[in-house]
Amino acid sequence: MNVQLTVNGGTHRLDVEPRTSLADALRDRLGLTGTTLGCEHGVCGSCTVLVDGTAVRSCLVLAVQAGGADIRTVEGLAGEDGPHPLQEAFAAEHALQCGFCTPGFLMLLAGALAEEPDLDHDERRLNEILASNLCRCTGYAGIRRAAARAAAALRGDGAAAVHEPEGGSAS
Amino acid sequence: MKPPQFDYVAPASVPEAVAVLAERGPHSRVLAGGQSLLIELRYRTARPALVVDVNRIPGLSDITVDDGSVHVGALVRHAQLERARFDDPLAGLFRQVAPYVAHPPVRARGTFAGSLAWAHPASEWCALAMALDAGIELDGPSGPRRVPAASWFRGPFATACLPEELVTGVRLPRPPAGAVAAFAEHRRTHGSFALAAALVMLRVSEGRVDWVRVGLANAADVPLRAVEAERLITGEPPQPDLLAQAAARAAAEADPPDEPHAPAAYRRHALATLVRRCLTRAVETAGAP
Repeated sequence: MNVQLTVNGGTHRLDVEPRTSLADALRDRLGLTGTTLGCEHGVCGSCTVLVDGTAVRSCLVLAVQAGGADIRTVEGLAGEDGPHPLQEAFAAEHALQCGFCTPGFLMLLAGALAEEPDLDHDERRLNEILASNLCRCTGYAGIRRAAARAAAALRGDGAAAVHEPEGGSAS
Repeated sequence: MKPPQFDYVAPASVPEAVAVLAERGPHSRVLAGGQSLLIELRYRTARPALVVDVNRIPGLSDITVDDGSVHVGALVRHAQLERARFDDPLAGLFRQVAPYVAHPPVRARGTFAGSLAWAHPASEWCALAMALDAGIELDGPSGPRRVPAASWFRGPFATACLPEELVTGVRLPRPPAGAVAAFAEHRRTHGSFALAAALVMLRVSEGRVDWVRVGLANAADVPLRAVEAERLITGEPPQPDLLAQAAARAAAEADPPDEPHAPAAYRRHALATLVRRCLTRAVETAGAP
């Protein structure tokens, strides 16, 4: 079956079986292996990509369903002038160890921060978003810090505010 | 694992979908949000010859409110209900319940009507549909019909929907003005299905409960409405003793199966606690003594 996928701004015509998931089409047909597959049944979130701006599990979407949609993967995150603020924040805050889940977390947060730029101000909501995906290395603390740092950077607050020690004399 | 092979069609209208289902219904599955169907396909517990994707059908993605009812189209996603802002007490109930359905990325795609069509006994939306007398709207070879929730759920993953029929929407009667909602759920981890859940909508007028609905999830092999508990409170002042009694009655109406992590007695105990919490919170919200 023919489908036209728009991935990170580029258009690809593919002939896929209807049963091919979006994740498999991205990885096996387009060579975009940044999107990783963990559980393949919607639990782990490592395959999270943006479809029309919203973070979804690409293992639970058929490639044929995604025709005409704007798909963004981790490969499209960095700009020409360097890594995306989320990627920089993940490195700075040690928000990854093995890195398998990282593309999923990056896209999860890319979608969430586009929708809620002040996500880091609502700890409960941030935790709820982060609980969508599994990370078995970090214990999430670094990921939470990275989310806050990236949110501040994307707002243009600068990263300094994130580093204020608790109870410090912020002026 | 990878899903089995199937054919795929994406009809552009309800009549087109109905025509496809009329011909191949018994060997088909309808794909809306796909957040349960794709899992079934991956476990190969579902092996349809044809998947009918209804996502290209326009006009099924709206929540519409009229004088007497709220209509939820077949493609309304959980996330839309999480953000529901229409002027009715039901919006508040939707906003309270939605965060308990899976995770944000799953809520972005999964649908309310799809939950009702899947009919998982632990489904929060199914309990809501039962408690509030929802009507499930179908279209099929013999024309449109509406099935009340009370006769919709036939067992775990079993409904009154015929293989040739398509769920087009769900109609919920509007609760009386001034009704308030409360929801409580017990689950083993953040992402787990409900081990048990309860929802309550009620109205207090002149110190007495004049309207109340109690819904239970994972309390039996189908969602339940605790009618005896409702009867106990209706017309009475909502005193703590009475609320506890009603909660115990609701738990007695439940018929939970034994599960490794939750023997029936434990789940009944949990249900009584959840119902009592909901009743207490709803009465507090209503501003009664």
